[in-house]
Formats: sequence, structure tokens, C-alpha cells
Amino acid sequence: MRNVFKKLLLMGVALTLAGIAEAKTFRYATTGDVLGLDPHTNNEGPTNTMKGNLYGRLLHRKADLSLEPDLATKWEKLDATTWRFSLRQGVKFHNGNAFNADDVVFSYNRQTQESSDMSFALATVKEVRKVDDHTVDIITKGPDPILLLNMPIFYIVDKEWTEANNAFEVVRASGSTNFANVNANGTGPFKLVEWVQDTRLILEPNPNYWNKANVQHNLTRAVFTPIANDATRVAALLSGEIDLMYPVPLQDVNRLENDPNTLAMQGPELRTIFLGFDQWRDESLDMPGTGKNPFKDKRVRQAVFQAINIDAIKRVVMRNAAAPTGLMIAPGINGFQDDMNDRAPYDPDGAKKLLAEAGYPDGFPITFDCPNDRYVNDEKICTAIVPMLERVGIKVTPNFQTKSKHFNKIGLPEKNNTTFFMLGWTPGSYDALNPLMQLMTMGKPGHGDYNCGQYNNPRVDELTEMIKTEMDEGKRTAMIREAFQIHKDDFGHIPLHQQALAWGVRKDTVKSVIQRPFNDVDLRYVVMN
Amino acid sequence: MLAFIIQRLLQAVVVMLSVSFVSFALFQFVGDPINNMVGQDATAEQRELLRERLGLNDPWPLQFVKYVGNIVQGEFGMSYRVGVPVEDLIADRLPATIELVLVSALLALLIGVPMGVYTGLNRNSWLSRLFLTISLIGISLPTFVIGILLILIFGVWLQWLPTFGRAGVVDLGWWTTSFLTLDGWRSLIMPSITLALFQLTLIMRLIRAEMLEVLRTDYIKFARARGLRNRAVHFRHALKNTLVPVITITGLQIGSLLAFSIITETVFQWPGMGLLILQAIQFVDIPVMSSYLVLIAFLFVLINLIVDLLYFIVDPRLRLDSLGRGAH
Repeated sequence: MRNVFKKLLLMGVALTLAGIAEAKTFRYATTGDVLGLDPHTNNEGPTNTMKGNLYGRLLHRKADLSLEPDLATKWEKLDATTWRFSLRQGVKFHNGNAFNADDVVFSYNRQTQESSDMSFALATVKEVRKVDDHTVDIITKGPDPILLLNMPIFYIVDKEWTEANNAFEVVRASGSTNFANVNANGTGPFKLVEWVQDTRLILEPNPNYWNKANVQHNLTRAVFTPIANDATRVAALLSGEIDLMYPVPLQDVNRLENDPNTLAMQGPELRTIFLGFDQWRDESLDMPGTGKNPFKDKRVRQAVFQAINIDAIKRVVMRNAAAPTGLMIAPGINGFQDDMNDRAPYDPDGAKKLLAEAGYPDGFPITFDCPNDRYVNDEKICTAIVPMLERVGIKVTPNFQTKSKHFNKIGLPEKNNTTFFMLGWTPGSYDALNPLMQLMTMGKPGHGDYNCGQYNNPRVDELTEMIKTEMDEGKRTAMIREAFQIHKDDFGHIPLHQQALAWGVRKDTVKSVIQRPFNDVDLRYVVMN
Repeated sequence: MLAFIIQRLLQAVVVMLSVSFVSFALFQFVGDPINNMVGQDATAEQRELLRERLGLNDPWPLQFVKYVGNIVQGEFGMSYRVGVPVEDLIADRLPATIELVLVSALLALLIGVPMGVYTGLNRNSWLSRLFLTISLIGISLPTFVIGILLILIFGVWLQWLPTFGRAGVVDLGWWTTSFLTLDGWRSLIMPSITLALFQLTLIMRLIRAEMLEVLRTDYIKFARARGLRNRAVHFRHALKNTLVPVITITGLQIGSLLAFSIITETVFQWPGMGLLILQAIQFVDIPVMSSYLVLIAFLFVLINLIVDLLYFIVDPRLRLDSLGRGAH
């Protein structure tokens, strides 16, 4: 009897020890909380990442930005406007419900409601048709060469669960709380344990996950904590209370590198930061009564471009955590052309000459609209640019504002009330078409919402229309090249750089983690010691 | 007395109305919440639809009237950020702030009052000088520096205390408390010291100055002449007579502790009202901002009422006055 007891005790100890060894809790932090868990409500970076941990998509975007099967096992083009997807069998949602074609059709209907912020991802889709329980056809309005690129942001929800909780309608900030925004039921590798807003969000591996046998991570639990204050976030990492945090303030990168237990992971982000000019008003807002708008002259735009010392900004303001760029899209975006990424050289004397040629030997006044809480060191970059432009004679009045005021001033709500502005852009579809539509063309629905200087070139317009439907990849790339070249020769904008991501990681607890260039933590790739 | 209290509560309504009116006027300058609510790919029509649905196209006086109308019906609105009712959000956050403020206020009083009495009585002792020097730090260093210093020393170097958050919380259903667990107390220590330091210094210096003043008066001399013991003189006669200004200041300070724990809460990621309002401002979450300000206005009035009532207890002359004249 005593022996049995002893054995049991030993077993208990062994089990406990195994339990301790097995328990891998990954604690990570970033500046703010997710906006909600409803996959179809919000379109915001950190929120989308969290949705990706919880919800499955037909296709998943891998760390290198290529696509891999998720809920679809194979897909083929039936004709120019029809794609057929075979769905994975035997997949279950977190609550145990089975996944089938009805869920895909339902999710399409839910995500394309006008109040859904994710509807843009399916804007070209006419219909999703169920063929049988495990096959669907996606029919597009016209030929859509980049439909597949949007599939990783088409989130699949459970029809029965959503209907049972009366959560079909995506409501925002009026009426009742949307059940799906504070609960989650997906097919993703993790399931929701608890969400206390602004305090913690706890996930555990999904025991029903279809690809459980092949997961890369070894977590038993993940705890996400928003920590707003930069210094506190760094301190929490240094003290070992969290295993990973981002962003690392640029001034703390060295500190984390020098600590034996931490490391700063850096890499380029997909967002391109650029400057833009008012190219449409006949009279500049800053030169009332003169009837002149210098920025309508290409030579003036070129002069401003060449007056900016991008290397100084990279070295001094960004502490080398930036990749200067000559294009409006980053490496990794579909359509990026490496050989076109060069920049016109920094040349203040040439800039002065160009201004003189254009008839402004003594310069002219501009107001420079710049956000101060949106991008890495946004205000500092603008502050550095001011004297560079003053040096060639342009008199700059900086106007630094919080993002919620800045975007309205330069954007449509105030009818592009700006002469010269800063903006950053990541194409939601990871394809060149999106910036062509949103930043470089205008005048049609879905075009030019952020073409704040109203850059307008008829040939770029024409090319953009063709790029929308060109199914031949070679021809499409040639068109993208032509459009980008025209924009570049026009000095339509001044691309500055892709800012760097900086993550702080504990070396003693985290074995490996993959930093995707969209600055998010995909828990699929976290391996702990 | 009852009439007095009712009168004060009516005043509270007026104060709350004016605060929300002024805040609605100011919200016009905070920015547009729509940009924070939708992503970059939302179309102009979607933005307009949302703006219309939230009533942001109405002129602000109309927005204000609608807001007051809803409050009268007990509706505080939905937070723009996650879409949950504002009263739920505030009810979630209030316990964290109240507990933090309570501990800080107690710390400030329990340490500040004895220190003040001691430095008032022993003006020239080295300990008094030490206290005064330390208190200078409390007055002159900004809260966030103190907080970050504490985090660096006790969180990062010594690793005795957690650097952020409110751990060990026990949910009682209607209230969440960190008083019941060791972890809870551990995470309370640094934020409450950070928040208390300024109040502590203020109380100590105030009591010291008042004590020095009172100790010079005739009735203290007479008390001593009557042969009373030092303890009775110092605490019964002197300290009690210093308390009216101290209560006033402490009351006001507790109000500002509640209202302005923003910095401490941000530094320690303490999930209370201060953090909530900061995030609401960044997001331009108008329903949260306005309800918060109204609530704070109410708390200020309430605290002032309690302070007024305490005067009655401390100062017998007021009681006589009010008995003579009825409630004032």
C-alpha cells in the first residue's frame, strides 16, 4: 500500500515537472490594444494580426509574403472571372462546429456589408457561389488578377455561431455591442481564453486546429498586453516580465543590444513614407493674390526632391533604421521593381538652379502639414526637412498636428486643404494596384481617396485601368513599370523611406520568432526555449 | 443640514451640465474620430455613412443637447473604440483608480501628518531637515520621472516588484480588488507611492507651517500654563486647530488624484480611469471623454460636500453658527 502511494506520489511529481517543462507562456506587448475581435469590423494592423491568430482564411500569407493553403486546399481559374476553390474537409471551429461552403458564402455576405471596414478586400467580387459542401466558386465583376492576394484578408466565420448570437450585422458604435467583437470563434491555430480590454488578451492553442500536427510554434498560452508608455514597455522586457515587445523606441535599440538577455530585431516595414504637393490649385494656398502655384511646375517639384538630404535623415533622425526609397511601394509588394528604386541625387545647388529656371529665384512660401503621432519620428523628419528647403530659398511654415486632425486636413473631409504634406502608405492588398488607385489617380469611386495633392496624369490613369484587369503577369508588370516611371519622371510625390521595424526580444525565453514586414506577431512562428 | 446637502447636489447638476457643455465645445478641436475608426482602405461613402450614423454632422450644440437627452434616459452612449457601453467601461475601470487613489491618499496622510507634526515641533533637528530635503524632491520631480525611476530601481535592477499592470485581481462581481492577494499589493506599491509623493509633501509642509503658526498663539501658552502634558497640547490643541486648511487641501487633492492619475496610470499601465481617458483622447472617443468629464465634475462636487461636512465636525464654531441661523 505504501509502495503504491509512493509510486503515485512520484508519478505526480513527474507529471508536475513535465507540466512545468511543457508550459510555454509567451507574453508580448505593444502600444495599444486591438480594436475588437470581429474579423469584419475593423481594418487596423494589430487588430488584423490578432484576427489572423483566431480566424482562418482560404489562403494564408506566409512570413515571406507568399501564399499557402489554409482553408482552401486547391484553387483554379475556370474562366476569366471565375475561381474555383476546393475547401479543406474535417475542419472544425473553436466551438466544434464543422466548417463548410455555407460558412464561406456567409462570411462573404458579412464582410461585404457597407459598414464593414474590410469590404475593400472583396470589392471586385460579384458573388460567392456554393457548388457543393466543400467547393465554392468566387465570381468577380471583371477579370481580377490579384484576387488571390486578397484572400488572406477574407476571414471565415461560423454561420451557425454568428446567427445564433444575432451578430450578422456589423454595427459600429451605435445601438448594441456586437457579440462577435468581444467573442471569437474561428478555425485559426489559437482560440480566445479571455479578453479584458486594455489589460490583457489571453490565447491558447486551438485543440481542433486542422493542422495541429504540423504547427511550428510550441506555445501552450499567449498573453498579449498593451503597454502604452515606451519606457515602461522597455522596462517590462528588461525585467523579464514579457518576452517580446514592439516597437522599440529607436533610442533604446542599443540598450537592448547591449543587455545579455535581450536583443533588438530590426527589419524594413512595408509602409512607404512620402511627401506630396498640391498640383491642382491654380493658386497656392500659401500665396494668395499671386495667382501662382509653383508646384504645378515639374522643375519646382524636382527642386524640392533634390533639396532633401535623405541620407542625413536616415543617419541622424532614423538612426539608420530606415531604407531610403525611390518608389511608392516597398520591396515585397507585388509589382515592386528593384532597378527603379534609385533616387534623384541630393543636389541643393541644382535645386536652386531649377527654382531660378522656373521663375522662383527667391523661393516662395509653403505650409508643411505633418503628423506628429503617426509614423516613426514623423515630426522629427519634417523638422529636419524644413532647413533643407529653407536652404534653397523656400520659406517653410511647419504645421505639426495629431493624426486625427492631420488626415482630415490633407484628406477629403477638408478637400485636400494642403500645399505640402507627409503621408505613409501600406497597400492593403500587397499589390501595386492599390497605391496606383489611392495615391496616383483620382476622379472615380475607389480612386484618389489619399491623392491629397491631386496628382493627375492621363496615361497613368489609362494604365491603372488596364492593370486592374490584365491577367497576363508579364504584360501587367510592364504596365506597372510604365506607370511608376511616368510618376517618377513627373516627381508626382517624394518617396522618402520605408521605416524600420524594431522588436525587443528576450533571448533567454524566446528561441525564435519571425518578423514579418507588416509589423505584427504571428503566433504561428513563435518558438520558446 | 439636509437642505444644505440637497442644495449642494443641485449645484452638482449645474456644474456637470456646464462641464459637459464646455467639453462639447472643445471636442470640435480634438480631431475627427472617423479616421481612427476606419482603415485606410475605407471609401469616402463608408466614412460619410459612419459620420452620419454617429451624428457627427450635426452642429455641436445639437450634439450636446442629444447627449444630455440620452443621459437623462440613463444612456451614456457607446465607446467608438470597441463599441461597448460607456457606463460598462467606466464601471470596469473605476475600482482600479479608486483603490489606487485610496492607498495613495492614506499613504500621504499617514506619513505626511506625523512628519508635518514632527518637523513643526522640532524645527531644527537633523531629522526635520532630512524630511524637508526629501520633500523637496517630491515637490520638484515630475510624476513620470519618479515613476520611471522607481520602475528602473525596483523593477529592472532589483526585480522586487512588477514593472507594470494590476496583478492579482479578485473579481467580487460588482467590484474588482487587488487588496486580497500578495500579487495585488505588490503591483500597488510603486504606483501608489508615485501618486502619493506629491500629496505627502504638500500635507507635511502645510501641517508644519500651520503648527508653527498655532504654537505661537496665546491659547497654547495658556494650555501649557495650565500644566497640560505636551502630548495633549500638541495633538489636542495645536494639531486640531491646524486641520481646517489641511482638510480643504486634502479634499481638493483627492479630487485631483482621481482626475489626474492619468500620468501615473500611463507610466504603470494601470488599467484605471486615467488610462481610459488618455486612450479616449488619442482616439477622439467622444462618448467616453464626455462621460468621464461629467463623472469627474460630479466627484469634485461630492468631495467638496464631504469636506464641508467635515468642517462641521472639526470646527465647533460652524456648528453654533448653523444652529443659530439654520442651514446656510
